[in-house]
Amino acid sequence: MRKIVILGAGTAGTLVANKLAKKLALNEWKIQIVDSDDRHIYQPGLLLLPFGVYGPKEVVKSRKHFLPKAVEFIINQIDRVDAQNSQVLLSDGRILDYDYLVIATGTTPRPDQTPGMLDEKVWRKSIFDFYTFEGSTALHAALKDFTQGRLVVQVCEMPIKCPVAPLEFAFLADAYFEERKVRQNIEITYVTPLEGPFTKPVCSKQLNYMFVDREIVLESDFVIERIDPESKTLVSMDEREIPFDLLVTVPVNMGGEYIARSGLGDELNYVAVDKETFLSKKYPNIFSLGDASDAPASKAGSVAHFAIDVFAENFLDYVQGLPMTGKFDGHANCFIESGHGKGLLIDFNYQVEPLTGQFPLPVIGPFPLLKESRINHLGKLAFRWIYWNLLIRGRFIPIPSKMSMTGKHQVQQEQVQKGVDSHASN
Amino acid sequence: MPVIEIAGKPVNVNEEGFLTVPSEWNEEIAKVLASQIGVELTPRHWEVIKFLREDFEKEGESATSRHTQTAGGFPIKEQFELFPKKPAKKMSYIAGLPKPKGCV
Repeated sequence: MRKIVILGAGTAGTLVANKLAKKLALNEWKIQIVDSDDRHIYQPGLLLLPFGVYGPKEVVKSRKHFLPKAVEFIINQIDRVDAQNSQVLLSDGRILDYDYLVIATGTTPRPDQTPGMLDEKVWRKSIFDFYTFEGSTALHAALKDFTQGRLVVQVCEMPIKCPVAPLEFAFLADAYFEERKVRQNIEITYVTPLEGPFTKPVCSKQLNYMFVDREIVLESDFVIERIDPESKTLVSMDEREIPFDLLVTVPVNMGGEYIARSGLGDELNYVAVDKETFLSKKYPNIFSLGDASDAPASKAGSVAHFAIDVFAENFLDYVQGLPMTGKFDGHANCFIESGHGKGLLIDFNYQVEPLTGQFPLPVIGPFPLLKESRINHLGKLAFRWIYWNLLIRGRFIPIPSKMSMTGKHQVQQEQVQKGVDSHASN
Repeated sequence: MPVIEIAGKPVNVNEEGFLTVPSEWNEEIAKVLASQIGVELTPRHWEVIKFLREDFEKEGESATSRHTQTAGGFPIKEQFELFPKKPAKKMSYIAGLPKPKGCV
């Protein structure tokens, strides 16, 4: 019997378990999967929960329910991976031997990484995260009571899971307050460590109006140093200060601490992998999929899904000693909620930035790309059903794992010679 | 993408003036790029640039501010002092590397 241990039973881990259980001969392979609880969270739902679009039941289900019967589900904490001896040590002392290890424990918001954030005077009273179930639920209550003052939506540091989520949050908050007729009493500020909310040329050109029209104030290049809980102020590394009444923050995101203890992570506990095959750069029998790896793709469910399509095919060859021929291209496909029942769709990969055009999809498509529309919002809502019923169960979804240029408008290559401008100092 | 001449050498740049072919970079080019954004290069600046170039060679990605702090030993506060207001963008601009990007 050969053994596969999967760490993490979220989107990526569950998908890997389902794909491998279908493809491998289960009289020759034993598959075990480990997580610390039996709560599978539909993470895109955490964005909509604060606005009352979803309730808890639509967002949280049993992990076990989505795992194949042949896979052993172990609920336990991971102490560390002993990669030299191909063993996982659990915190109750149990040891899992493996021939192949898949690390899929994702990334977690770490409010403890910013001084002042967890201060009990402010944490989950006037400072909220939304990428945890508890944070998102608490924020739902806080938003209902918020009728005037300064709302600050802030990203601490990249990379974060679902990089567009804070943008969506700002747009949804604008629409939510408008519908409640209190928008005129609320100032919304968007704070980012990047140069702006949009950093890619086509997106900047197409989408900057979204901030202007909604009168969302922008504070760019803001690298947070600390939060002053007394005055409720964000303080940056270069001494800028932003006061808030309600702060919706995306804390520093980090991989599991056990990854650091196992010597497998970078400074944010992400596992170094080849970005096309997800094989560890250090160990030939360790893969890392989903948000847990350091691959320069977006930390998003669609990326995990497309990457695992490639991984699962490769894996069958790899365990027979054959080369892995599938190469993941960094494909991501994400809906962006923009409020008032509309949304945008982006589709891109390692090489191609999000472009305008149409995204073809049989029967229900096409979806307009990089453009606000009703059908994109409906697509996002429909995706919850697809997620629970098809996606994590490893069933067929008619979107190819490789990105296609069909329907996309290519950027006209600029031939005109331009001097170096001073953008970097703007 | 346009090709322009910097310090007597033709180089490929994007619409923001960032070098798109890291191997076309040299120290003379760095001096010109730095002066264009008002940064005067001291020996400490050169240490940062050297780290960024070497790290890119190894990792194939531009170093983040955190990585520049942890692996390079340049505290983020100091990065802000050396390259005021927009250290991550200015560092990659001068070092001839891709700027830090979000996904949109």
